[in-house]
Amino acid sequence: MTPTSPARPARDLALVATMAGLMAALGLVPAIAPFGGAVPITAQSMGAMLAGALLGPRLGSASMALFLGLVALGLPLLSGGRGGLGAFAGPSIGYLVGFVAGAFVVGWLTHRLAVRPGGRYVLATGIVVNVVGGVALLYLLGVPATAWRADLSLGTATVAALAFVPGDLIKAVVAAVIARGVYAAYPGLGPAPRPRPRAAADA
Amino acid sequence: MLIEVDGVSHTYGDGPLARTVLRDVSVRMTEHRIGVIGANGSGKSTFARLLNGLVLPTAGTVRVDGHDTRTDGRAVRRRVGFCFTDPDAQIVMPTVREDVAFGLRRRGLAKHEVAARVGAALAAYDLAGHADHPAHLLSGGQKQLLALASVLVTEPALLVMDEPTTLLDLRNARRVARVVADLPMPVVLLTHHLDLLADFDRVLVFEAGRIVHDGPPAEAVATYRDLMTRDQP
Amino acid sequence: MGLFHPGTSLVHRVPAGVKLAALCAAGIGSVFAATPVGVSAYLAAAVLVLVVARVPGRALVRQLRPVLVFVVVLAVFHALVSGPGRAYVVVGMLLALVLLATALTMTTPTSALVDVVVRVAGPLRRVGVDPERLGLLLALGLRAIPVVLGLAGEVRDAQRARGLGASPRAFAVPLIVRSLRHADRVGEALAARGIDD
Ligand SMILES: Nc1ncnc2c1ncn2[C@@H]1O[C@H](COP(=O)(O)OP(=O)(O)OP(=O)(O)O)[C@@H](O)[C@H]1O
Ligand SMILES: [Mg+2]
Repeated sequence: MTPTSPARPARDLALVATMAGLMAALGLVPAIAPFGGAVPITAQSMGAMLAGALLGPRLGSASMALFLGLVALGLPLLSGGRGGLGAFAGPSIGYLVGFVAGAFVVGWLTHRLAVRPGGRYVLATGIVVNVVGGVALLYLLGVPATAWRADLSLGTATVAALAFVPGDLIKAVVAAVIARGVYAAYPGLGPAPRPRPRAAADA
Repeated sequence: MLIEVDGVSHTYGDGPLARTVLRDVSVRMTEHRIGVIGANGSGKSTFARLLNGLVLPTAGTVRVDGHDTRTDGRAVRRRVGFCFTDPDAQIVMPTVREDVAFGLRRRGLAKHEVAARVGAALAAYDLAGHADHPAHLLSGGQKQLLALASVLVTEPALLVMDEPTTLLDLRNARRVARVVADLPMPVVLLTHHLDLLADFDRVLVFEAGRIVHDGPPAEAVATYRDLMTRDQP
Repeated sequence: MGLFHPGTSLVHRVPAGVKLAALCAAGIGSVFAATPVGVSAYLAAAVLVLVVARVPGRALVRQLRPVLVFVVVLAVFHALVSGPGRAYVVVGMLLALVLLATALTMTTPTSALVDVVVRVAGPLRRVGVDPERLGLLLALGLRAIPVVLGLAGEVRDAQRARGLGASPRAFAVPLIVRSLRHADRVGEALAARGIDD
């Protein structure tokens, strides 16, 4: 941040809001369905990885929290047009929480490992980061929550979730490819060059 | 209203990406209607953003009625309203009424005072019928009028406008121009629509980060046309 | 925008904060009501609320469809493994809570819920959360959705006009870049309107 641009907190607010809007837009992209349609890949489930990879841990996770907040307030933004508090009472609550946690971890790891000085995004590292923060962590939170909400054993819930793993791995790759494209086309992403004083903008 | 720009240079970025877009600009402005024209990238928008402290100069000072934008940005922004090119980016609230009310928050006004001012602004710009509609349902021209209403409701002492008619069709551009012509406060207007400047008191012509002409509109526009038709070196 | 269905029923007229508090209480109470009788009471209450609120059936089904599929599978599983009684308790309670939450969403305007959030967040001021800013962020999010959807439409049209196929990358990269540029301009407009002051 240069001392000549005082607009940082306002821009942070705008970035968080816009990323939440992007998450909503991704929910409308029709799912592509490889493997004979068994595993639909919605663009939206890449949103958490992209939010973290592009905005970093703080703003990325804030944008996912805002997105969920808007869903909770009654907007039908989850893919398939679902929304409202009902979505949080159901069995996928763990995955919803995982959006926030995943964006944070992906953001933290991306800024530390996948972005070179000068703002170049390293694809291979980005994929690994997305798998760790955007897939493994998501299941770590999602599976136990399903087991809890549906009163299943952890084993049963894990087996039920396995069907989605191939699709999510593909998403981790696609999200990294997209992130690399965005880093190349939009300079200024990535960790701030100098440590910034603690900003108070994230609500 | 007195705007003093004194020895201002501005550079975006640093290191190998550094790019100097204003070079030693000094100007004193007291007129009621001031136009700013110049080629794409000549530094007009940067100049405009200096006037309310959105951009702080890397060298030199900018003062509005004596308030330095560097040390007193808050006081400056309270005096200087800013209207951008793209209304979609400056309408920040979901509904028309909320957006107009937004600028009045934290001004310590009573609730009924806010409601009265918002109502008056909506009526003045033909938006009363849309007060509770989502802003995204307005037409482009209505959106720009809403953006203008949201700025004017705070009663700024000076209005800076960065190409407010560029995205509008001819009819809506005329409408916005008429609204601007009737405003009681001084206006600094950046534009590529040269005919908007006919009645202006003073027009600045920017070229490559410097003011290359400063005078009444007819001369300034002639200079600008001449610049634009000259072959690039 | 939103799942809200306007109406004048009793459920519509209860203040949003009261409805939210009741829903929270129901969630906590569900832990203690995990018996066939308790679950029946919860289900009856949920249905009663929906009937009184006159929530349109079609909109309700649209919201519940994904959960219903899951609920049926889960019911069969539990019936086979641990008997029909257990299946009824687990599945019935899940369904009742989802129905109650959906009823709240469909009878309460978004703006009323935003107000509640801002009010409830008041005490969080002490731990550094600014409730005003939270409300602002929610409003900005509401505003960002149609703008980004508009950008998405433009990007898709541009892609079609150039004869590009449906590649997620060719769609997502330009959409995200344009959205980030939009965010920059919004940040500037917010600063111009004194948000940082
Ligand atoms: N935030 C920024 N970071 C880096 N460079 C910038 C930034 N804003 C503007 N520039 C560059 O500064 C130069 C001057 O830009 P400015 O927007 O002031 O020009 P302008 O006269 O308003 O042009 P236009 O007529 O196209 O609006 C341009 O070359 C532009 O690319
Ligand atoms: Mg410009």
